[in-house]
Amino acid sequence: MSDFAKVERPAARETGSRGAPPNTAPEGTITTPPQKPGGAPGPAKVPTRPGDRIFKAMTVGSGVTIVVMIVLIGVFLLIQAIPSLADNESNFLFSRDWNADPAALAFGVLDLLLVTVFSSIFALLIAMPVSLGIALFLTQYAPKRLAKPFGYLVDLLAAVPSIIYGLWGLYELAPALRPISTWLNDTLGFIPIFATGSSNLAIGQTIFTAGIVLAVMLLPIITAISREVFDRTPSMHIEGALALGATKWEVVKTTVLPFGRAGYMSASMLGLGRALGETIALLIILASTTQTFSFSLFDGGDTIASKIARAASEFNDPKGAGAYIAAGLVLFVLTFVVNAFARWIIAGHKEYE
Amino acid sequence: MSTATDLDRPAAAPAFQQVSTNRKTRNRIATGLVWTAFTAALLPLVWLLITVLARGFEYVLTADWWQKSFAGLTSRQFGGGVYHAIVGTLLQGLICAIIAVPIAILVAIYLVEYGKNSRLASAVTFTVDILSGVPSIVAALFIYALWVTTLGMPRSAFAVSLALVLLMIPVVVRTTEELLKIVPDELREAAYALGIPKWKTIVKIVIPTALSGIITGISLAIARVMGETAPVLILVGYNSFINYDPFAGSMASLPLLMNSERLTTNDVGEARVWGAAVTLILIITLFNLLGSLISRATSLKTK
Amino acid sequence: MAKRIDVKDLNLYYGKFHAVDQVSLAVPPHSVTAFIGPSGCGKSTVLRSLNRMHEVIPGARAEGKVLLDGEDIYASTVDPVSVRRTIGMVFQRPNPFPTMSIRDNVVAGLRLAGEKNKGKLDEVAEQALRGANLWAEVKDRLAKPGGGLSGGQQQRLCIARAIAVRPDVLLMDEPCSALDPISTLAIEDLIGELKKDYTIVIVTHNMQQAARVSDQCAFFNLAGVGQPGRLIELDDTEKIFSNPGQKATEDYISGRFG
Repeated sequence: MSDFAKVERPAARETGSRGAPPNTAPEGTITTPPQKPGGAPGPAKVPTRPGDRIFKAMTVGSGVTIVVMIVLIGVFLLIQAIPSLADNESNFLFSRDWNADPAALAFGVLDLLLVTVFSSIFALLIAMPVSLGIALFLTQYAPKRLAKPFGYLVDLLAAVPSIIYGLWGLYELAPALRPISTWLNDTLGFIPIFATGSSNLAIGQTIFTAGIVLAVMLLPIITAISREVFDRTPSMHIEGALALGATKWEVVKTTVLPFGRAGYMSASMLGLGRALGETIALLIILASTTQTFSFSLFDGGDTIASKIARAASEFNDPKGAGAYIAAGLVLFVLTFVVNAFARWIIAGHKEYE
Repeated sequence: MSTATDLDRPAAAPAFQQVSTNRKTRNRIATGLVWTAFTAALLPLVWLLITVLARGFEYVLTADWWQKSFAGLTSRQFGGGVYHAIVGTLLQGLICAIIAVPIAILVAIYLVEYGKNSRLASAVTFTVDILSGVPSIVAALFIYALWVTTLGMPRSAFAVSLALVLLMIPVVVRTTEELLKIVPDELREAAYALGIPKWKTIVKIVIPTALSGIITGISLAIARVMGETAPVLILVGYNSFINYDPFAGSMASLPLLMNSERLTTNDVGEARVWGAAVTLILIITLFNLLGSLISRATSLKTK
Repeated sequence: MAKRIDVKDLNLYYGKFHAVDQVSLAVPPHSVTAFIGPSGCGKSTVLRSLNRMHEVIPGARAEGKVLLDGEDIYASTVDPVSVRRTIGMVFQRPNPFPTMSIRDNVVAGLRLAGEKNKGKLDEVAEQALRGANLWAEVKDRLAKPGGGLSGGQQQRLCIARAIAVRPDVLLMDEPCSALDPISTLAIEDLIGELKKDYTIVIVTHNMQQAARVSDQCAFFNLAGVGQPGRLIELDDTEKIFSNPGQKATEDYISGRFG
């Protein structure tokens, strides 16, 4: 028996003139059974304590649990989508009709997908430049003392629940946008995206309104990540540019923007992923319609997410629910691809760590 | 007079060259634009908060609002309160946190302290990445497919909590992971060198060091999931009376109440919707404040 | 109580990199042994292998024997945790636990091993702080956080923490390199007192310090970049500094390289 493996030190050990009394700590050492002679040396032989073993098992178990969980969920979703897809009389990917009546399933996701992507990209196009401005403002322009409280204000935008954004969009923003949308429709109506759409401009339940609300919701997301990246611009680069007599804007243009470009693009993609999946704000704002989507900002319609939410009460039949689950899978794949792309952009950028 | 002009002329070139007007203008435009962008972000924030308060604040000032439900009231009767929805929101958020927080913290510990570069660790990181991008409506469908259709359980507040768990886990894992990573290795080494086993080092030294940040992260995450609407739409029914049982029956929550009552197109419906909006914002603010207070109380002091 | 250490044919690796080659040395009890040598020569690595802290780094492993009073700390039945309880360590930068008070820092090793008796812990805290010459300075603020102390006080707090678990050996990895001269002096005095009770091994970059505090001195060197470090010479400190047996040692001592 090794001395290290004894639970208590010999009591006879003299207590020295300094230092503590002998260690009689209750937690003893584990002795593993003697190893077979000649066994190959390796980490497996190191004796471990039960506390260590149990704790490690718990952490590994949690890791395995969430991996298994997501795999199982994927499997269950597929299992439930497949019967409905099999009975579907329309082409799921290319049909623009949606009929989830279990007696006569004929549903296609294309129209929903187009509205989803169109409104999200519209929102992103508004949110990207504004977020860039805010991130630059907070990291480079705002007075140092105020940068933090200002940043907190922008973060507050992320704390507002989307249902409140939806209500605000419908009851406040939509009426306020009416003159702008009417003017756009009147003067630029010959361009398809400003053409008269399926939704009543006077009420404003349009993709135009919804996209602007979405854009506001994206601002804090894109800003937060861009800020972090811009803040990591090496001060050597900035000081170097300053030493050459560059103006503030020239400093930003030559150091901060090139350094942060990948992070900003990645942040924008994450924002896009968020926009694609936004549900309740769009459900509230967009007017439901039977017309197909005509690529106008003044259309109503449904995104995949809002369509699913609108139908939540009809989920009692598994066949009908399966149609919506199939649409949900499409949304899942779409957001997955966008998020993967966002991560791919910054993969390998060690300077952001 | 020619001598006078000579005297007026500087003897040497100016020490500081003028920045060209063109460059100055661009600089001014850029500065103006970033200020505008910032203002453009504040405008909707202020507008939104004023809207909510102006339309809803008067209704939350009665004691009934905080103590009663809408039970027994028709959609044309003013009065009652949102106690039933507050209970639902808090209960669903709490159950979610009880399930999600331990798992998330253990996962983060696994990733930082044990996993390192193992295959399982990459699989776990990948899963967390996927989860963090999952839209809440898809998370709700996930749980619907698992809990309701496959396992045959009824729609319930507990199902909502499960969907919220999916949304909360990645947030807490990420926060905790980042915080554990910045705990200096020197502290771990100091503990090992004292003969403290690894698990105790993690539980008693590493986690306490990161605790204040973890608490902030958790309270932000709870505040976030309590405002989610998509899961409650799909996974639980609305009712207007108080239900404390998360496993059975319909249960209101503030977002669900707002979504149901917004279809009541009269003054009563409006009062209920906007009053609930004020209440939800107050609760979310409270959780954010609570988080920063607790984290301040547990943060490391040097004096 | 102080024990002797015998290192036999020790080879240390970081992954595939062979960091230290075939080191054998003996450290008598109640003595101070200094490890000196240029940066990257493996002296800290050897020190960390003496209480199995080396293997904490992912991919790091050790081959060979380290005997503590004749018992191999690398034997397969030995739990590294109990090795570290027997052989304490003080690090280059003071690293008190930021969440704990001064008193809790000192008794952390005992408390986390399960000792709950408050009276006993208080007694241990006082003894250890006295042992580290810190008691007089902190006795009125034991409940304050350890992070509020000065660098030199923090390092003595770390020494108190290490001796509170009553190890047999104390390893010190450049304990003064982050400290000012006055704090350094305090620690050096302390080392002189501690060797009454402990066997001490110290890594230092400072040759005057090695000369001041140590009884014997081990000089490590490496043959070139990417080569493993080796033990060149181990002898009484006096001999190493006055009449070293190896040319490389003399060159290093006299400041011709390193």
